[in-house]
Amino acid sequence: MRFNHKKPLMALVMLIAALALAVGISACGGGSSTTDENTEATEAETGAAEEGETGEGGGGGEAIVSNPENAKVSLTIGSKNFPEQEILGEIYTQALQAAGYKATSDLSLGSETVALKTLKAGQISGYPEYASTALTSFFGLEPEEVPSDATEAWEKANAELEKEGLVAFEPTPFASANAVGLLKSTAEKYNLKTVSDLEGVSEELSLSGSPECRQRIDCLAGLEKLYGLKFKEFNPVDISFRYTVLEKGQADLSILFTTDPQLAAEKDKFVILEDDKHVFPAGNVIFLTKEKTAEEAGPDYEKTILNVQKGLTLKVMQELDARVELEKQTPKEAAAAYLEAAGYVE
Amino acid sequence: MTAALLPHPLFAGFTGAFEFIFSKQESSVTGGKKVGGIEQVLELAWTQIEVSLLALAVALLIALPLGLWFGHQGAGELVAVGLGNAGRAIPELALIAFVAAIIGVGIVPLTGALAVLGIPPILTNTFVGIRQVDRASVDAARGVGMTEFEIVRKVELPLAVSSIMTGVRGASVNIVATATIAPLVGVVTLGDFILGENVYGVNGVVAGAIVTAILALLFEFALAGLQRRLTSKGLRLQAQ
Repeated sequence: MRFNHKKPLMALVMLIAALALAVGISACGGGSSTTDENTEATEAETGAAEEGETGEGGGGGEAIVSNPENAKVSLTIGSKNFPEQEILGEIYTQALQAAGYKATSDLSLGSETVALKTLKAGQISGYPEYASTALTSFFGLEPEEVPSDATEAWEKANAELEKEGLVAFEPTPFASANAVGLLKSTAEKYNLKTVSDLEGVSEELSLSGSPECRQRIDCLAGLEKLYGLKFKEFNPVDISFRYTVLEKGQADLSILFTTDPQLAAEKDKFVILEDDKHVFPAGNVIFLTKEKTAEEAGPDYEKTILNVQKGLTLKVMQELDARVELEKQTPKEAAAAYLEAAGYVE
Repeated sequence: MTAALLPHPLFAGFTGAFEFIFSKQESSVTGGKKVGGIEQVLELAWTQIEVSLLALAVALLIALPLGLWFGHQGAGELVAVGLGNAGRAIPELALIAFVAAIIGVGIVPLTGALAVLGIPPILTNTFVGIRQVDRASVDAARGVGMTEFEIVRKVELPLAVSSIMTGVRGASVNIVATATIAPLVGVVTLGDFILGENVYGVNGVVAGAIVTAILALLFEFALAGLQRRLTSKGLRLQAQ
């Protein structure tokens, strides 16, 4: 055999090449490189300090005081599997750590049914949920029945959660909702301002959303049933591609989130249509936890969480989402920057 | 009914999944519309079969001629086998996300990505299969005046069939399994059940996994049967 004497060396070279290829593709598919993270973090922190945005939002920059009593309590904070949720999870975890708890994070659990299951099984102490999602997904409310008032929605959710031994803390200032988004040029071409304007036009347009959007009543199923719209086609994609499909012209319409940073950063490019028939209920974030956990953890548990979320206005949440989704910071860094700039931690 | 058939506690978790496969179920997020059932399962399974066959065909079109050429020439072992082995290390989800981010979503980028996953086993096994053909047979063929092309077609290929088909079977299992996550890039296959726990519930997730596994096995059996047919044809040629 011609290559016999070179075989071991070549095998090693091929192994290294294979590893490099695998790592290279994983890195591309995954996230940012560490060198970028460091520069972004310092840039972002100076940015936040200059803008003073995070401080003036909720007005409450009450520094968290560490209580040695809390060191006995271990808490695990979970989150669902998209950036905004991971940021919230990190904010709560770091705040509770500052308050003296043995707090760890267990982020990106999955979608709401998975997160709820994990909470009920006791594998996490609590996680942030949207009041609208809790009401429609857990308790079967129709989207039109979800109260638009944040406090009403929270009370309604709490009433149901009590029956299962769970409790929801008071809501955040900001609310998030799904929205039908499109390129500004498309909106101008067909003169679209509200979702109802799509009547008669939607047959020519393609819509893109998450795979589960097809059957959800607070997504495509709702658009078809409650608005009576029929689209040319529906293309399911992972939510991380919701802006890519618009930019690449692969979809005319896409399901976006109202807290998306791209909507603020690229106002001349993307717009959302007003949901005049309320198919997409808005949800403020309410922190879900077991009643038992709240009792055992002491008063600082709820106090810290409510305190630290006071600064989360829509603008602030969009800024934090921007740092993670556009500037490729980690949720941990964005959360730390928020807590510092708002004066909750040093 | 299924509960009676599977009384053992080990199977208790599967009864819900089997019910999901055969009859429509309620869902908390659809506003009353039922999900699942044999129609939807077959529809998604058929899409997965179509996409997999297409990708397998593309992979064959690229890898088979390359493998035959390199194998016949006796050179390029480094490329053929090395590329094959390196290709196996590619993480499927990352590749699909990578292709979607660069090219876009839909059937074309998906087929491309799946074909990339199917090429390594076919390339390697074709190359090795041809190389392992008895040199005496090849020399004899050359001696009776066959052209190089005829040697490949009439001597090397039939004798290497079992090795090539092993590669094709490996590729098909790879492709069918990865086609499961196609809903993330615009093509709705059985992965829709697995990814959509909110809509289909845990029974839907398990059902999706079961049907995907069955699909992969079906491909395997079909190709194994094909291999048997092709091999006996080769033996017949050899006897002449």
